[in-house]
Amino acid sequence: MALLEVDNVHAYYGKIQALKDISITVEKGEIVTLIGGNGAGKSTTLKTISGLLRPKEGRILLEGKDITELPAHQIVTTGVVQVPEGRRIFGQLTVTENLDMGGFTCRNKKLIKENIDRVFGLFPRLKERSRQVAGTLSGGEQQMLAMGRAMMTDPKILLLDEPSMGLAPVLVDLIFETIQKLNDAGTTILLVEQNARMALGIANRGYVLQTGVILLADSSENLNKNEMVRKAYMGES
Amino acid sequence: MFQRWKDSITPTDIVMWMIGGSMLLMIVWGSVATLVEGKYTGRHWVDFVIFGLAQGSIYALIATGYTMVYGVLRMINFAHGEVFMSGPFTAYYAAAAMYRTDFLDNHPFMALMVIFLVAMSVSTTIAFFLEKVAYRPLRGAPRLIPLITAIGASFFLQYLFRGLYGSGVQAYPVIKVLEGQWMIFGIRILKFQVVVILAAILLMVGLYSFIMLTRVGKAIRAVSEDKEASALMGINVDGMISTTFVIGGMAAGAAGVLYALMFKQVHFFMGFIPGIKAFTAAVLGGIGNIPGAMLGGIFLGLIESVGPSLFLDGLGIPAPYQLKDAIAFTMLVLVLIFRPTGIMGERLAVKKA
Repeated sequence: MALLEVDNVHAYYGKIQALKDISITVEKGEIVTLIGGNGAGKSTTLKTISGLLRPKEGRILLEGKDITELPAHQIVTTGVVQVPEGRRIFGQLTVTENLDMGGFTCRNKKLIKENIDRVFGLFPRLKERSRQVAGTLSGGEQQMLAMGRAMMTDPKILLLDEPSMGLAPVLVDLIFETIQKLNDAGTTILLVEQNARMALGIANRGYVLQTGVILLADSSENLNKNEMVRKAYMGES
Repeated sequence: MFQRWKDSITPTDIVMWMIGGSMLLMIVWGSVATLVEGKYTGRHWVDFVIFGLAQGSIYALIATGYTMVYGVLRMINFAHGEVFMSGPFTAYYAAAAMYRTDFLDNHPFMALMVIFLVAMSVSTTIAFFLEKVAYRPLRGAPRLIPLITAIGASFFLQYLFRGLYGSGVQAYPVIKVLEGQWMIFGIRILKFQVVVILAAILLMVGLYSFIMLTRVGKAIRAVSEDKEASALMGINVDGMISTTFVIGGMAAGAAGVLYALMFKQVHFFMGFIPGIKAFTAAVLGGIGNIPGAMLGGIFLGLIESVGPSLFLDGLGIPAPYQLKDAIAFTMLVLVLIFRPTGIMGERLAVKKA
């Protein structure tokens, strides 16, 4: 049984159909990536999984259990946590308070403390700035905070929406190393990226989306070799 | 730098500054004239200041409700004045009953606690259902729609309470222990004013620590910033919005009792003027900012109390106290001309930009 199963999902923004019959499976321990251009429906897929958008048709299953109808804040408690596009940290809260919010669903204070220490171990930079107001962090630090915040509940599956967006190349490498590290530690990851080359570099499998439809689904190796993918998403001519 | 600054000034700015400047000039002139005339002694001024602090701390408590609701929903809850009225108006009947049975005089502290409890629970309940019934179905509607609804809810509550309790002014029973004066540092202060100021400070400290330090308080701040991201953290956004109304309702109910202690009467329309004043206070402080609302409330109370005699008496205006509301709103105009985001509203302006 797959850890996460998106089953024939159709979703709409008002009257505009954003997702057409999307089916995705993620097995436990995998890194799976969704690649595609602007408006392909990558972020919409993540939003539908985490309950911010209700699918009109189709189901979303976590370990075989239907979570389609749950409100967004309850989906978090089932172990699906999303790092939203553009980081969306709470700019007026301190770094520690942001992490506290990441652990909002956990009522065990000792566990929260342990998780904060774990996040600080992962991102020592955040520890240095723990009392700083998060809005004053640099873009890279904000991305670290957004990921650390999502790790506070020790999720079964982490949904990452464009973690490399707007970051300097050095930081992009760092973020991808961290994703790999999290995965090695046992977190399953569904990664949405514009940077197809980097994403396929660490993912086991990938889906290529275009205007709300899945175009291709294959192992990263095969997608890397695929001529269409190389031309359209890796800028080769 | 200077060039850019010069370019960004429009004729409107200049007109506004001229209006503001002439207002300031009048205030300074009036104050100097009053002080030179020397009609009021130091004791008068101390009395004005203490009365202003008491009045201002009541405004401050109500203003926190406006500012917190604005924080989470970006709307002005114009029915908040009625939330403020509903508590003490209902508690009047408890107070009157306790007065008749002499409980009020024999156990004044207990009786006061009962009055607070009744008033706060009624205001809290009204605030909670106000959000659920009137505002929640309109979440996501254009901003003007909840605003009109709030005004409608305000009228609805006014006339509901008029229907329930009648349209007359009810005199609050006098609590004997709070009559008379205390000498504090050689200053004579009316006892009830001390109680009002201390109770308000206690409540504000409690409210601010709740928002800053507790798990739920932090979640409310998170929801104020970004509802979607909050939901992705597992925060129940609707629950936090309800909690915000509940806290605002509690503060308003308590403020209502303090108001009844000061002015010793309740009326179905009593929420309107304090509500508008508290809204003004919240804007003065920078709407969305809790310490700003508290500061704005106290500032407004002080200006209203000290202002008429200080600014107007020297100008030879008869019966300056009749103009205290005009002074309060003139202050609003002045602050908005020179500091459009309010006294402490800087961070908010940055965020919105």
